[in-house]
Amino acid sequence: MKYPKNGRFGEFGGKYIPETLVPAIEELEENYLKFKNDKNFKKELGYYLKVYAGRPTPLYYAKNLSEKLGDAKIYLKREDLLHGGAHKINNTLGQALLAKKMKKKRIIAETGAGQHGVATAMACAALGMKAEVYMGYKDTIRQKLNVFRMDLLGAKVHPVKSGSKTLKDAINEAIRDWITNVETTYYLLGSAVGPHPYPVMVRDFQSVIGDEIKSQMKKLNKTPDSVIACVGGGSNAIGTFYPLVDSNAEIIGVEAAGHGLKSKKHSATLSAGSKGVLHGMMTYLLQDKEGQITETHSISAGLDYPGVGPEHSYFKDTKRVKYHAATDTEVIDAFLMLTRTEGIIPALESAHAIAEAIKVARKSKKSESIVVTLSGRGDKDVEEVQNYLSKNVKD
Amino acid sequence: MSKIKEKFAELQTRKEKALISYIMAGFPNEKSTMSVVRGLVKGGVDIIELGFPFSDPLADGPVIQNASTVSLEKGTKIEKFFALVKKIRKETDTPLVLMTYTNILYHKGYSKFIAQAKKAGIDGFILPDMSVEESKEYLQAAKNNADTIFLISPNTSKTRIQKIAKASSGFLYLVAVYGTTGVKTGIKNYTIEAIKNVKKQAKGKIPIGVGFGVSTPEDVKKYIKAGADGVIIGSAFLKLIEKTPQNKLESKIESFTKSLKKQTLQKKQEPSK
Repeated sequence: MKYPKNGRFGEFGGKYIPETLVPAIEELEENYLKFKNDKNFKKELGYYLKVYAGRPTPLYYAKNLSEKLGDAKIYLKREDLLHGGAHKINNTLGQALLAKKMKKKRIIAETGAGQHGVATAMACAALGMKAEVYMGYKDTIRQKLNVFRMDLLGAKVHPVKSGSKTLKDAINEAIRDWITNVETTYYLLGSAVGPHPYPVMVRDFQSVIGDEIKSQMKKLNKTPDSVIACVGGGSNAIGTFYPLVDSNAEIIGVEAAGHGLKSKKHSATLSAGSKGVLHGMMTYLLQDKEGQITETHSISAGLDYPGVGPEHSYFKDTKRVKYHAATDTEVIDAFLMLTRTEGIIPALESAHAIAEAIKVARKSKKSESIVVTLSGRGDKDVEEVQNYLSKNVKD
Repeated sequence: MSKIKEKFAELQTRKEKALISYIMAGFPNEKSTMSVVRGLVKGGVDIIELGFPFSDPLADGPVIQNASTVSLEKGTKIEKFFALVKKIRKETDTPLVLMTYTNILYHKGYSKFIAQAKKAGIDGFILPDMSVEESKEYLQAAKNNADTIFLISPNTSKTRIQKIAKASSGFLYLVAVYGTTGVKTGIKNYTIEAIKNVKKQAKGKIPIGVGFGVSTPEDVKKYIKAGADGVIIGSAFLKLIEKTPQNKLESKIESFTKSLKKQTLQKKQEPSK
């Protein structure tokens, strides 16, 4: 895997961090470079991924959904079947194991929908470490079941009441904690964002998704014509895309268009944002004319973020990946369609990718293969969907 | 010579250390900022740091976070801020340092922002999320226009201190404690060590200001005794501003400033017993 020089993907990435964090980031990079190719580390991580998390995940041919839409064949990469219910565990096991090798006793994390928080709590419980999770207050309400899950798993949840009270503020608060407790604490970032080396490290831990897709498609004697994943910070997407960037597949990342790209109530950073510096990285951001970060909206808490991983910004500018967006309405339709045709309840985040797959499949004229990463399951979202449906029936 | 450099030279001849205050522009409103500046100047402040609010101040504690939010809600914008700086410049020659986050400058363009700031009367910049590795464009834009004040932490290595000192002008900002702004942890031994260490690496080429968690005359006294060339006080001023009514703001700030400034004067100037 390629390692970005100076932590830059083209002009994106870098490390824009308070000086106090520099030694910690340097220590992290040094250890990551040391362990990422270490035979024993890889063996241990492979063991946990297999017998604890449940890898490899199946590549499921969604026959009913495909036939309903036309001639294309839709394959779902079932990350929703992983322990914890989302792809997040791929990264938390990797980083928690790294933290353990670095002899860090205290782990902190941020979470949006709560999936990364839960995955952190699980990995830490399994490896015998203590976790504290920062979560936007607004998210603790709309994802309260995940708050309780973290609690059950022994993690301490800190609701964050500053700013927009969502994921970006949870990251701010986690960084503040890290600055304060830099000598003892490992910051386990959940997406392919933040200062170098986080974006590349998270990509590498998540690349298991794309690697498996490649070999699973090969077994079917196929190569994917399209590859689709949802993008908030973009960790499941970069893990899906990165191993396939050298293939001929059309690659599409799907952002949250919320109430529509013109509504200002969305989280479609790459579709509607501009370049800037936030959370230690240079990347596309949703910001106003003065460089103030704007508040975002998405029906899915996990995509509700005004930034995006720097490598996605790079792939946007180099045009290797197309970035589209799905509105809340399209997402709910996709959620319902997948649930009813296949008996699979997707996370609302992943339903963005399904919404795009539906569009691609409908347009497709021949029997092409579409691979969609189903990044998580939707148990956490049924209440949100219920609320949405009852509100929209009333309207 | 920059205004900041001149100020430190002038203080040296008077055998004084620098009192540097941080306030948030437009907190709680524009009118109060002018009263606060007048109080600071009358109280004898040497350098004023003016905060420009950013939506995501990740190096700041609750006090400055709140001040940023209030200032933004009150409609603080870049143009308005520069107009305020011009107004301050009409009343005082005190060096003015703009403290904000990288994105505010990056978004407008480093050169454009710095040129406008200089024209308004800004003498230097502090960007707590600007690491020296990423600073090339920023430094080029600031060269001969404004001082670039970088931060150093107690855990910064010797070689990095030298690198940062090279990129810095005006003064070096030593972060006293591990944490965000405004945390009160008392004076740590590691801070005293850090002051000595940074002084050694800086070789007298650039003054050292100590900030973060410095809030009382006693703090000022101890850091100066440990060798700091200046002290930076922010959250304590903001707390005072928050609880003081507008009509008493100038006099309250003046007397608090005086109590701090007194500690930066050399002992021998005090009458002997």
